Amino acid sequence: MEGSYPSTWRRPPQILTDRRVRIGLQVGIAIYLVLAIGTLEVDWARVATGMERGQRFVMGFLQPDFVSRWDDILRGLIESLTMTLTSTVLGVALSVPLGIGAARNLAPRPVYYVCRSIIAVSRSLQEIIIAIFLVAMFGFGPFAGFLTLAFATIGFLGKLLADDIEEIDARQAEAVRATGASWGQLVNYAVQPQVMPRLIGLSLYRLDINFRESAVIGIVGAGGIGATLNTAIDRYEYDSAGAILLIIIGVVMIAEYGSSYLRKFLQ
Amino acid sequence: MSEIDHYSQVWTHRTPKTRLMLWAFWAALVALFVWCWQVMTAGTIWAFVWDAPRQAADIGSRMFPPRLSYLPELMGPLWDTINIATLGTIGGVIMAVPVAFAAARNTSPSPAILRPVALFIIVASRSINSLIWALLLVAIIGPGLLAGIVAIALRSIGFVGKLLYEAIEETDRRQIEAIEATGASGAQTLSYGIVPQILPAFWGISVFRWDINIRESTILGLVGAGGIGLKLQASMNTLAWSQVTVILLLILGTVIVSEWVSAKVRQALI
Repeated sequence: MEGSYPSTWRRPPQILTDRRVRIGLQVGIAIYLVLAIGTLEVDWARVATGMERGQRFVMGFLQPDFVSRWDDILRGLIESLTMTLTSTVLGVALSVPLGIGAARNLAPRPVYYVCRSIIAVSRSLQEIIIAIFLVAMFGFGPFAGFLTLAFATIGFLGKLLADDIEEIDARQAEAVRATGASWGQLVNYAVQPQVMPRLIGLSLYRLDINFRESAVIGIVGAGGIGATLNTAIDRYEYDSAGAILLIIIGVVMIAEYGSSYLRKFLQ
Repeated sequence: MSEIDHYSQVWTHRTPKTRLMLWAFWAALVALFVWCWQVMTAGTIWAFVWDAPRQAADIGSRMFPPRLSYLPELMGPLWDTINIATLGTIGGVIMAVPVAFAAARNTSPSPAILRPVALFIIVASRSINSLIWALLLVAIIGPGLLAGIVAIALRSIGFVGKLLYEAIEETDRRQIEAIEATGASGAQTLSYGIVPQILPAFWGISVFRWDINIRESTILGLVGAGGIGLKLQASMNTLAWSQVTVILLLILGTVIVSEWVSAKVRQALI
């Protein structure tokens, strides 16, 4: 009897339980990797010469130079911070009516479709591509960046707010409606208290994202600390670039901890 | 019964004190907004801003009709873009796994030294956008696909590491204890107690990141890191707006397909 039992144990596969699918997938991945790495053209000589530069960059990161370009860094940082705040405020202010319009349970059908398509356009285009177009239209500087971030905020917050409104407790809305409340009163007394905590949390989160994005869109000329960073790297001033990166990391960390603390405080 | 008389007869949502605080908050926010607005627009040339609708109409008229004959030329860069995203994701995930295990409270080999280091790596990688990573790497290792792949990999460490270490910290303690009770070594506990619990989350996170990376790798070419962004940059520099339209449509299509794939895979995993 004992002989018929296997004496060793193999761990059963966890996700792909069909053996043929598993082998097929592995072969497929192997073929893809061979093809992908085969078409990869790498200039190893250039990489080797770059290592020395990389070392200088790491040294610059470890010994950041905040002083010699401090005026430029400060100007970039102020531009980034003001851009972040104004664009978040405008974006949130615009995304509230848009989010209400894109909620199936509050808006009539035509309004719903219009609002949802605005959100879809805003979400599918990347910030940097929007920034390129807005810089071409509005000229270089933080104003184009401000518009870019505000537009991106509308898509992000509008969608999440609309989804949130669609998921509210319908019984509370029903109760308010039963008192004879108008549509405006319904929004104010039934919907707003239910979505407000999350809206505040999302706005703070978006503030954080907008700062991070403001560091990027400067590369295409939309102002902020990204422009300063781009200049520093173009000039091969890696110690200044290291200082700017450390400032970005620092501000993002402060924003992240600050917003998580604020959210805890508000709830 | 008469005690109730001193209460207001009209119901209000908030007490007077919270109302006052709320008004003060809004006033402060508006003041801050106005101040920031003035600082930000100090250097704005308003003539350009008022000119914008005309510029928009001009660019719009140049963008249509899209030059569809440009499409075959884009297939090579598109393949490069997909490779940047995929190979970058693989590299990032490979680097993120040890970082995640070092950062998780229950698996970290040394909570005092290694854990803060791992957490710093995660924060640093997360706060720097892949475009900035690419900018740095193009300066260091030269323009090309490799810079893009490394940039995507470095950016992915933070994202995958953060989500993975949270998944590790949320593992069921009892299953791990059961494995430990059999006399398993540390490595065996990891392999039989923790890995099976986080495996679905791991694949889900990786595919999700791959989807984001496809999106991000389409623009890395703007700073010279290869892929379809390179064509975008070239078309814009030569003001070939009808080609820009084609590229943007192709990017949009790729992003939608990758989003669909990632949603399907994650649905199958959960």
